[in-house]
Amino acid sequence: MLRTRAPGFVPFLAAALLTTACRSRSENASAAVLASPAPGTVSPGKESAGKEQYFPLQSYRVGPYAAGGSGFFGGFIDYMQLVNIRDGGVNGIKLTWSECETEYVVERGVECYERLKGGLNGAPAAAMNPLSVGIAYALIDKATTDKIPLITINHGRTDSTDGRVFPYVFPLSLNPYSEISAIVNYIGQRSGGLDHLRGKKIAVLYHGSPYGKETQPIVELLAQKYGFASTHLEVPHPGTEQESQWLQIKKLAPDWIILRGWGIMNPVALKNAAKIGYPVDHIIGNIWSNSEEDVIPAGAAATGFIAITTHPSGRQFPVLQDVDKYVLSAGKGNMTDPKRVGTGYYNLGINNGILNVEAVRVAQAKFGNKPLTGEQVRWGFEHIHIDDARLKELGAVGLLQPIELSCSDHEGGGAVRFEQWDGKEFKVISDWIKADRALLRPIIEASSTKYATEKGIAVRDCDAEARL
Amino acid sequence: MRIEATPWSEPNTSTPPPRTSLFARASGRAVVRIALAAGGTGLLLVLPLLVDDYVLSAVLVPLLALSLAGIGQNFVTGYAGQLSVGSAAFMSVGAFAAYDLHLHLHGTPLLVSLAFGGVSAAAAGALFGLPSLRIRGFYLVASTLAAQFFVEWLFTKVGWFSGNSASGVITAPPLSIATVDLSSPGGHYWLSLLVVAPLTAAAYNLARGRIGRAWMAVRDMETAAAVVGVRTGQAKLLAFAIGSFYCGVAGGLWAFAYLGTVEPHGFDLDRSFQILFIVIVGGLGSIAGSFLGAAFIVLFPIFLDQLATFVMGGSVDPGVLQNIDKIIFGGLVIALLAKQPAGLARLIEIAWLRARRWTLRSA
Amino acid sequence: MSFFIEVLLGGLLSGVMYTMVAIGFVLIYKASGVFNFAQGAMVLFAALTFVSLTERGFAFPLAFIATLAAMLLLALAIERIVLRPLVNAPPLSLFLATLGLAYILEGLAQTLWGTQVHGLDIGVSDAPISAAGVSVSRFDLFAAGTAATLVATLALFFRLTRSGVALRAVADDPLAAIAVGIDLRRLLALVWGVAGVVALVAGLLWGARVGVQFSLSLVVLKALPVLIIGGFSSIPGAIVGGLIVGASEKLAEVYAGPWVNGGIETWFPYFIALAFLLVRPAGLFGERSVQRV
Repeated sequence: MLRTRAPGFVPFLAAALLTTACRSRSENASAAVLASPAPGTVSPGKESAGKEQYFPLQSYRVGPYAAGGSGFFGGFIDYMQLVNIRDGGVNGIKLTWSECETEYVVERGVECYERLKGGLNGAPAAAMNPLSVGIAYALIDKATTDKIPLITINHGRTDSTDGRVFPYVFPLSLNPYSEISAIVNYIGQRSGGLDHLRGKKIAVLYHGSPYGKETQPIVELLAQKYGFASTHLEVPHPGTEQESQWLQIKKLAPDWIILRGWGIMNPVALKNAAKIGYPVDHIIGNIWSNSEEDVIPAGAAATGFIAITTHPSGRQFPVLQDVDKYVLSAGKGNMTDPKRVGTGYYNLGINNGILNVEAVRVAQAKFGNKPLTGEQVRWGFEHIHIDDARLKELGAVGLLQPIELSCSDHEGGGAVRFEQWDGKEFKVISDWIKADRALLRPIIEASSTKYATEKGIAVRDCDAEARL
Repeated sequence: MRIEATPWSEPNTSTPPPRTSLFARASGRAVVRIALAAGGTGLLLVLPLLVDDYVLSAVLVPLLALSLAGIGQNFVTGYAGQLSVGSAAFMSVGAFAAYDLHLHLHGTPLLVSLAFGGVSAAAAGALFGLPSLRIRGFYLVASTLAAQFFVEWLFTKVGWFSGNSASGVITAPPLSIATVDLSSPGGHYWLSLLVVAPLTAAAYNLARGRIGRAWMAVRDMETAAAVVGVRTGQAKLLAFAIGSFYCGVAGGLWAFAYLGTVEPHGFDLDRSFQILFIVIVGGLGSIAGSFLGAAFIVLFPIFLDQLATFVMGGSVDPGVLQNIDKIIFGGLVIALLAKQPAGLARLIEIAWLRARRWTLRSA
Repeated sequence: MSFFIEVLLGGLLSGVMYTMVAIGFVLIYKASGVFNFAQGAMVLFAALTFVSLTERGFAFPLAFIATLAAMLLLALAIERIVLRPLVNAPPLSLFLATLGLAYILEGLAQTLWGTQVHGLDIGVSDAPISAAGVSVSRFDLFAAGTAATLVATLALFFRLTRSGVALRAVADDPLAAIAVGIDLRRLLALVWGVAGVVALVAGLLWGARVGVQFSLSLVVLKALPVLIIGGFSSIPGAIVGGLIVGASEKLAEVYAGPWVNGGIETWFPYFIALAFLLVRPAGLFGERSVQRV
């Protein structure tokens, strides 16, 4: 006898289909009913609809990288909150945002992009900030077609630095090649000069993924140029097992190790270094191995670890003090744990916020004080000139490096500072050390030109555009 | 020693499949069926004119691709009863093979590339299906798990597969068939439909034909089937091969029509579990079930996200909200499996039967 | 030669860590035939609960007991809410139900305790001990010792206590066990409770080894080849399987890895498992099933 009950899933499926269909039918009308409201937005309700600039956030607060994601997006949101409260928005245009969870999974990032690219309550989308290499790769074509800037701060496709082939992709402030070059320059500095690198052994311990492999050719190029021996050791994802690699390192006895890690691979690497007795202060972490989340689980084994940063930790910077004053004390901070304000990922979020808002400001100077389209914000990004004076105005001296972007240069910075973990916090131990961008540019252009031919993209003529 | 008289997975005990294919007799019922089918096809074709880009590119295209992979998984696990946890690896083989053919033989038609992807995946599937001739039951996962991790490693390690790009990510070529440009969301949808529809029809017929019966015999009572003369070894390998073909084509669609790019880690163990979910939730041994399961997997997170933010958005930390979503999803899967182990397809079938019986009763 | 011994020793000790996770699987499979994919999530839940309690000021022993209680409560809840409704479901559905359970546990752990990463210090340092030119990490030796104690305790439990004997009865023939009056439901709850305790110990050791964060639940992937080699329902099998997997994967990575640029650790154990299965299709110590019409 069939024991039947009303199958609730049929109406549920129908409801789900209807919801998604209605949801996307028009960005304005039904979006007001079913749209994700912007958590914590200061701006009032319907009257200001159409008078705001929207930042869709493809955030990740769940899953293996949630710690980093919550810090980054927390910092970004807090900065936008600061601009709204302290400055009344950008020239009167308030910022609004909404989050869409991607869990660092590519297709959820794509789905979030499609859902949010149309804007929120009439406020157009300014830029996309997914903070994920995989999602960024999947969105390059779509963002270019839809004319929305795709920001991949400190990561992304290295050849997207060439804005002539990738007009809408911005690996702001540091691309993977610049990282390596800056680290090698620092090692050279510590060894008494780049010519002293000859005969030294540098091992690169990298995460087994496209991100980890990306810089292999550059390391080999620099090894040839300066005469050091380079060895590459892969740690299979996710990186919980590294004994074999570290036993090989023990046998090899390199002078320096460059750690290109991600997630759980970082603390495990430091613990394994302690297990074989390798001096941890000769391990240099790259930009994704440089946060508190990467060293705390390693405990005592991490003391002395050096890492690069484009966003030193700390709360002493004037912009962070402003965040404290205007946002946190008003109870509008995004971080559930206030102790995380000022940590690595949070400050990266602040820097990202500064750059995104600056792009809007620069674009408004040209196009007028109103909500801008993605194309206009793109113009803004390409005309960002942040020098020391501007950094002082922004309250970010020492936190953000001087950046100058252009049509052909979407990276702009390429300099890093080095910080060292003392068991409780990261302390900056160097000034801004630049990458050898002149050496890297021809390689980047060769790669981007190849991409352009493969995809049939017309290379932009930056000079012609500048004259317009 | 454990004596197994019952198979480790439930055989499909619903009404036996009809002995003839869809459009057999010219009776009134067949006319109604043909009309419905034509209407349904018409609706599917004009859908891009009715719904917008978001539904097309973020809901329908992945739904079609995942359904196809689900059909492939269904052949191996639902019809032939061989446990396979490596469908993502075969999707990966399909995607990379299609890309490599296109890259090295410029001008290859898109459909030929996708078909080549499927054939390569079929070869890989047959290879990793060989252990099924000796190993039975749950232990067979070893083979497909080996495939899963090996393929992921191979495509990350050997640069040739991704065109020797430093990052190891492949990007889809511009899509077009003959001279029709398919790069709009509507075009992606039509491409997916063009590929999925005939393959589904073929699957339907395959499941009801000689091969499908051989599979079901192997699943339900392998020893008896062997005794009666069914070539069990051949049936199992064929299941792996054809199932992997479908997964390979699905992988090609996923990379070309949906994401536009794919890295080897996009086809990891989580994806394999996702496809297994689709098949179990939708209904093992049911072609329609693959579509239902894929719809559930694709739509439910979106639905939950919308609902949660509509009801609680702004007052609850988004991280907490997302974790609660996860709990609800897991709970719903368990509830569904407890309520109806034969999946959504069976639930709908029961609803249909009840509806028919109700109409008869009130007459 | 001493390098080879170091690699081998390191591999064997890693293998012991895998065994610890695998034992949780074995316990549950032995008693109820369910392949519990949620074991990794249980490890994460236990570790996260323990660490969060210690960070909020609980002393080590108190936190341990509190987490133990939590795991036992969890086991009762799982038996009631997940297993009872699914009592006659086919094994594949049960496997996927445990997958769903894994989602629930991961979501629950992170809702309760947050998504931050934590370090776990159980007082044993990583510093190596050297003897005869070979150095081994202190922590690895401690972990191996703990695992050995755990296995011995479990063996005594199964042999000497009434519940232990009842568990063996159920594993041998569930129907006969019910026929002689063994309460299957209480026993299942007990088994999941013991698996929870194993998860707690494994969680503490793995958490101290790699840190306590979401990726901790991925240790379950390391246990799969161990189970396949050793057999799903045998604890000695899990031990032997663990040692084989640990040693072979490290040796392969160090000696064969460089030829193909490394990274073969992820798939090598599965091929080893496959090789073993071709010779013994039910694992080294697993139950051979007889096929009948």
